[in-house]
Amino acid sequence: MASVVTEAASTGGGLLGSLGLYRRLVAARISGQWQYRTSFVLFLVGQAAVTGFDLIALLFTMRLVPDLGGWTTSEVVLLYALATVPFGVTDTLVSPIERLSHYVQTGEFDRLLLRPASAMLQLAALEFELRRAGKALPALGALVWVVAMVDVVWTPARIGALVAALLFGSVIYTALWILASSISFWATAAREATNALTYGGQTASQYPHHLYRPWLRLFLGWAFPLAFVAYVPTQHLTDAANPLGLSSWLIYLTPLVAAGALAVAAAVWRQGILHYTSTGS
Amino acid sequence: MYNSDGTAIRLDGLGKRFVVRTRAGLVRRERRTVTAVDDVSFSVQPGEMIGYLGPNGAGKSTTIKMITGILNPSDGGVEVLGLRPTADRTTLARRIGVVFGQRSQLWWDLPLIDSLDLLRHVYRIEAARHRANLDAFVDRLDLGPFLATPVRQLSLGQRMRGELTAALLHDPSLVVLDEPTIGLDVVSKFAMRDFLAETNRERGTTVLLTTHDLDDVEELCERMLVIDRGRLLLDGTVAAFKAEHGTERTLVVDLEEPAERIAVEGAVATDVDGRRQWLRFDRRHTTAAELVAAVTAQHPVRDLSIEEPDIEDLIRRVYQSTDGESRPTSADQRRPP
Repeated sequence: MASVVTEAASTGGGLLGSLGLYRRLVAARISGQWQYRTSFVLFLVGQAAVTGFDLIALLFTMRLVPDLGGWTTSEVVLLYALATVPFGVTDTLVSPIERLSHYVQTGEFDRLLLRPASAMLQLAALEFELRRAGKALPALGALVWVVAMVDVVWTPARIGALVAALLFGSVIYTALWILASSISFWATAAREATNALTYGGQTASQYPHHLYRPWLRLFLGWAFPLAFVAYVPTQHLTDAANPLGLSSWLIYLTPLVAAGALAVAAAVWRQGILHYTSTGS
Repeated sequence: MYNSDGTAIRLDGLGKRFVVRTRAGLVRRERRTVTAVDDVSFSVQPGEMIGYLGPNGAGKSTTIKMITGILNPSDGGVEVLGLRPTADRTTLARRIGVVFGQRSQLWWDLPLIDSLDLLRHVYRIEAARHRANLDAFVDRLDLGPFLATPVRQLSLGQRMRGELTAALLHDPSLVVLDEPTIGLDVVSKFAMRDFLAETNRERGTTVLLTTHDLDDVEELCERMLVIDRGRLLLDGTVAAFKAEHGTERTLVVDLEEPAERIAVEGAVATDVDGRRQWLRFDRRHTTAAELVAAVTAQHPVRDLSIEEPDIEDLIRRVYQSTDGESRPTSADQRRPP
């Protein structure tokens, strides 16, 4: 029975077939990398440390100041967790596409175009690195802890909103990764620019949005809708201060905003491939 | 399956221009348009094997990339197996096989067999057909001894046999090979040629091959195309080309003692360097064996070798005998590196 399903997934067309292919390419990637076990463990720990230190720094700050822009410690930690868990997920699943920079520079991208599969899917799978998952671990711990600690009654509606926030946050970050990686289609050696946008976007999402200057808020919060990743959901879930006077119905726009961001990013990526095929490597 | 006019590949005034930006001063950058392929037209019939020749930077790879959908043409049209390569890229990818000598389709860290298994899923080949094809290729290309070896540990010859299998597993109607024999040892080169010839004969696969190596073309193709500086110089049979251009060879002799310029019938000593002399001859008038006999009769000989005319040389001659004067001579028509 199981083999019949795999058979259909691997030879059938469409999304199911693509997922089957993705799964196999990722499995191949992991078995190829398993030869470098020690480096895997070290990198995993390193990645966990990167986001773990962010958390520690945040907690230290909260000991020194009574509140952060009117937000309590547990509200700030919830914000951190909502900003960082989805980032860890997309950093593992989507960020491999930033290697596009290398593929374009070396002309290896040609090889992907010669295969009957989406170039983005191939990149995500071929450059997959399980060790990046380390980033989500401290954030996941913080999420569990803060959900228990925060002064919120977890009704089914609130639990639903929390799960939705993690889901749509991941979609918005995915769009950010795609958009930022696409730069490599036009500019060579653009990986730094890509990382400035993606990691910068994550860091910006970890702090209460109203702390930023209006122009930064406009750019990182609404033009690229990172405010919907953690700021808007945290406000929806808690009684956190609302100095910007945001409307409470804003949260319900999240699915639409996430889908829109993804659509724009995908369109830019497609334009990028067209640009590549008209300039060569 | 094929183009509306029955051809497998049709190029219609195909052209490709690149915009190159070069630094000119501290901030200022200059834009320059470089024509890599210029008004190239030819057709390939199903089941043909065609050699596509030209020196480095002549536009061979750019043409191949337009045929396989990696590059979008700037001018003219291209139709392959009834499809437009860039617009129908993934559909086309399922029906063509590509071997780029310099790039691998295989997974570096995995055993060869794992790559070949993964490709079954990439191309969505039915399990039974995949197994039959794989068995045939393993047998024919003698892959058995290194199927379990990681690709990065394979010799170039072994890897290229793997690449060939990877390109043909999904039964493509067209195979495009870009410099497949570059750097290969003689045995692997012969194995590769035999295999290509057999695939073409038995499966009716259309084969388009770019190469530096005139021998590849001689052994495999009836028809050849020569491109230089982006323009098609010649489209004809290999036999006619050889009869016209490829008849001169050079015999290099190392004598026991330095000697005067050797004078034998049917050859011209073009150069003398100590004990070494170069004798150019035309194989329509004399054979290497006759020449060797004549030289050894005059002088004791330590070593001998024969230099084939290289493709660059021959193309220079074609270039001179066609429309050399009407075409630009400066290097600015060449593809950027």
